[in-house]
Amino acid sequence: MSSLGSIDRLAAGMAAGEFTAVELAREALDRIATLDGRLNSFVTLTPERALAQAEAVDNARTRGETLGPLAGIPMALKDNLCTRGILTTCSSRALKNHVPPYDATAWCRLEAAGAVLLGKTNLDEFAMGSSTENSAFFPTGNPWDPGRVPGGSSGGSAAAVASGEVVYALGSDTGGSIRQPAALTGVVGLKPTYGRVSRYGLVAFASSLDQVGPLARTVADCARVLQVIAGHDPLDSTSLPAAVPDYVPSLTGDVRGLKIGVPTEYFGMGVDPEVASLVRAGIEVLAGLGAEVAECSLPTTAHALAAYYVLAPAEASSNLARYDGVSYGHRATGGRDLEELYTRSRQEGLGAEVKRRIMLGTYVLSRGYYDAYYLKAQRVRALVSADFEQALGRFDLLASPTSPEVAFARGERAGDLLRMYMADACTIPVNLAGLPAISVPCGFSRGLPVGLQLIGRQLAEATLLRAAHAYEAATPQWRRVPPLAAGQERGWET
Amino acid sequence: MTVSRDDVLRVAALARLRFEEEDLERLAADMNAILGLVDQLDRVDTAAAAPMASVLPLVNAFREDEPAATLDPDDWLRAAPWREGPFPGVPRFVEE
Amino acid sequence: MGDVKYDVAIGLEIHVELATRTKLFCGCPSRFGAPPNTLVCPICLGLPGSLPVLNRRAVELGILAALALGAEVAAESVFARKNYFYPDLPKGYQISQYERPLATGGELSWEGPGGPRTARIRRVHLEEDAGKSLHGEDAARSGSAAGYSLLDFNRCGVPLIEIVTEPDLTSPEDARAFLETLRQLLAYTDVSDVKLEEGSLRCDANVSLRPAGAAQPGVPVEIKNVNSFRFVQRALAYEIERQAARLAAGHPVARETRQYREATGSTESLRSKEQAHDYRYFPDPDLVPVAVDPEWIESLRRSLPELPEARRARYRSQYGLTAQEAALVTASLPLAGFFEATVAGGADPREAANWLVGELARLLNAHAADPSALKIGPGHLVELLGLLAAGVLSRPLAKEVFEESFLSGRRPADIVQARGLSQTTDEAELARQVEAVLAAHTGPAGDYRAGKERALGFLVGQVMRATGGRANPGTVNRLLRDRLGREG
Repeated sequence: MSSLGSIDRLAAGMAAGEFTAVELAREALDRIATLDGRLNSFVTLTPERALAQAEAVDNARTRGETLGPLAGIPMALKDNLCTRGILTTCSSRALKNHVPPYDATAWCRLEAAGAVLLGKTNLDEFAMGSSTENSAFFPTGNPWDPGRVPGGSSGGSAAAVASGEVVYALGSDTGGSIRQPAALTGVVGLKPTYGRVSRYGLVAFASSLDQVGPLARTVADCARVLQVIAGHDPLDSTSLPAAVPDYVPSLTGDVRGLKIGVPTEYFGMGVDPEVASLVRAGIEVLAGLGAEVAECSLPTTAHALAAYYVLAPAEASSNLARYDGVSYGHRATGGRDLEELYTRSRQEGLGAEVKRRIMLGTYVLSRGYYDAYYLKAQRVRALVSADFEQALGRFDLLASPTSPEVAFARGERAGDLLRMYMADACTIPVNLAGLPAISVPCGFSRGLPVGLQLIGRQLAEATLLRAAHAYEAATPQWRRVPPLAAGQERGWET
Repeated sequence: MTVSRDDVLRVAALARLRFEEEDLERLAADMNAILGLVDQLDRVDTAAAAPMASVLPLVNAFREDEPAATLDPDDWLRAAPWREGPFPGVPRFVEE
Repeated sequence: MGDVKYDVAIGLEIHVELATRTKLFCGCPSRFGAPPNTLVCPICLGLPGSLPVLNRRAVELGILAALALGAEVAAESVFARKNYFYPDLPKGYQISQYERPLATGGELSWEGPGGPRTARIRRVHLEEDAGKSLHGEDAARSGSAAGYSLLDFNRCGVPLIEIVTEPDLTSPEDARAFLETLRQLLAYTDVSDVKLEEGSLRCDANVSLRPAGAAQPGVPVEIKNVNSFRFVQRALAYEIERQAARLAAGHPVARETRQYREATGSTESLRSKEQAHDYRYFPDPDLVPVAVDPEWIESLRRSLPELPEARRARYRSQYGLTAQEAALVTASLPLAGFFEATVAGGADPREAANWLVGELARLLNAHAADPSALKIGPGHLVELLGLLAAGVLSRPLAKEVFEESFLSGRRPADIVQARGLSQTTDEAELARQVEAVLAAHTGPAGDYRAGKERALGFLVGQVMRATGGRANPGTVNRLLRDRLGREG
């Protein structure tokens, strides 16, 4: 038994009676007890609930009931996904004591599939950041070097998965917040097509860009989780009413004839040479498997970051107006009047990066600036999207680095906003175009993981997963155990 | 365009944010740094591009006019910062 | 000072609550009068992570209103966020339509004192209502500590349409007539139940003055949220007088927002509004556009009833009603329906109209009855008018029967039979009464013989009185003439 196994192996082990869901949950909780003092992946742990859910799964199995596809598998949720009766803080002081009265749709579906929730993971406050240092509570460490950041904003989910605290976790990705931490911690992270997974119950950062997706140690695990959470949700107007294909059967290992474009621009943009060469080597592996690889160009990509830093803050400034201290969340004490209640509650409740983005977003939407900034950025967004559409007319997939660099040291970028923002230069364009993309481990630079990003057409997650899976199967050397989890790697392989 | 200290104050008032005096200059500098990055958009020829508010090909995502479950005040006011019976409350304000 | 005359231009913004079962973006019931904060859910409370989904019926009612006003429904309209902080606005923004409203253009006409009037409609758009704040005494009654305002979100998210007119109205009376006509139209189309006392129709007014004939438009002043038609009229009258006095004294009128004070009948400046509002509208990324194709519009258009204006014209041409009769009988859709069914049952149109706008209106008023729950129906009136025409009932008796039918719902024929009310047709009996009356009133009898026609009316009345109203006045008339003529 080991909670470090893959979903199918753990499910088979439970089905064969080798171990129970309760034993699996206990083992995962023990591992968290051992590791999380150094990692700080979790904001909230839910051990009683986890054990009760696991016991329910075991009982159902004993009664011979049909179990859900994720029954008994220990997992975690990024703490910006609402859980009824469980704290949902967004790693913000504003929501430090916030207990939602309802569940996010993605979580509802996982729970119905038998998921065992161990807790809620740390993030950059309201998902704004690339290092999980912007959490109001504490930073999260990278399992490969706890002195380094795990990326962000889904850094807690990535660290929990990479260290084996959980089998998989959900994250959210607005500009790279699933893929970049997946790359920096050496796991697989999938951002589905915008609208593929319901956003209902995902606390909004930038609504036109946010998307929920899985982080796991294998591509197949990501496929299994996506299978459960994908699909139309009548509670989300922006959810696509499209049928969900069967993802696991598409993991054939066969990429022969698959056309993969390599956008030249994604190897500029401050990409570390060692990262670039590992990614290029990874693309060569796919070529060796029979994919047809060719260079291509996405010329507007250079401006995607600029457009993003108008559009995302603009939406955020509106989405975060509700944290006003009126009927829930942090309220400053001693405010003499309403205006003071507003400004002091928000001053105290929101962190520096969040306030900076609210300020920026308010500015670009304000009278006199709307056309020059907001509308202009929307026009550039259209061009970025058109670039992708054109390239994906020729190619089935595009391949690039996920992150320009490997994990950096905690505090290293604190004074350099723009350098921090550059961490998402390769992932942001994909969000602007609403396309699906996956990050898979493709090697190590200075002992730290590097990620290969594959970008697909609208709703073409199956193709994405197939290529990522084939690559993963061909490169077992990149499936390593972080030193911190060493000695506990029994069962790591799938 | 350059964000001045006055711009920061104007925008902070709109956003109901407050900053300590010593943070204002720094914030203005940060905003200018980011807007410096953003200003490169001026170099992009967008004459042929319509503003894109959403990547979705969707229209008319409707619900039918059917009642759904409501919340009990205790469900959502449990952690209310100030509460009187079924009401949240704020310091008395003048109705506009 | 003195004789400067001003042209007044008034534009209205009317917020109308739509007659849906549920709110605009969530399934909470939109009914009025529930215990505070019980008609709420994560969506209308704006709880983190919740998302709006548009109520199809609200869109349809909005389209119906637009069609009734002759507005052009946009092929595609878009919801935007209007960002501002207010305690009754839990998301920190209101979802409304801004750059791309549901419909534009259109007009509304009505019969003014000096002839037909028309005001143009600028736009019709959908938006959500805000919650309600309780202050001072209201808050204290609800148990609030001193110095606190309480919030009730039951209304929050209730669907509204905002109808904006061009500044085509020229007087407070004009504005009021427009509002009355609009209310009638909205009730006709079932777009709203237009209950003013429940706030389901609220109004802001813009008013500007300029010297008569001047080309330069005046400075508009906005009067916020006046909650009755009477107060709209009063607020405008006050405001016009105030502005005229300022202009006449050589002072400029400030562009501002003012609030009507019911207690004093005056308006006063809302200084807080003068701090420039900047709503930072942008398309709401949580919603997708509303696309309305011609088939949808046509199917809704087909579901509209014949509207008051068309109906008035038809009643005049088809049934020969006067303008006033037509206006009265079309005041509400149920009344117009009553009228048409009565006519269809064979009644004379003008007779039917007069009974409805006369007797029925009087009884509804006298008994404070609900016009939508009438016990008397068109069949009753057809029957009654038949009895009247056949001479079975006199007009005074018919009114009595009508009232009883109104109160009990019994058929007029049954009432007549049960109470023995039918006219006496026994001429020998009537002739005896005539003799008795002539004997008792020799003066008037002599006057009639001397050529005073009027004296006959008095004598007829006396016979009617003697028979308890059961005599047929025509018969009495004939008998009296025969009798007096024979002697003469």
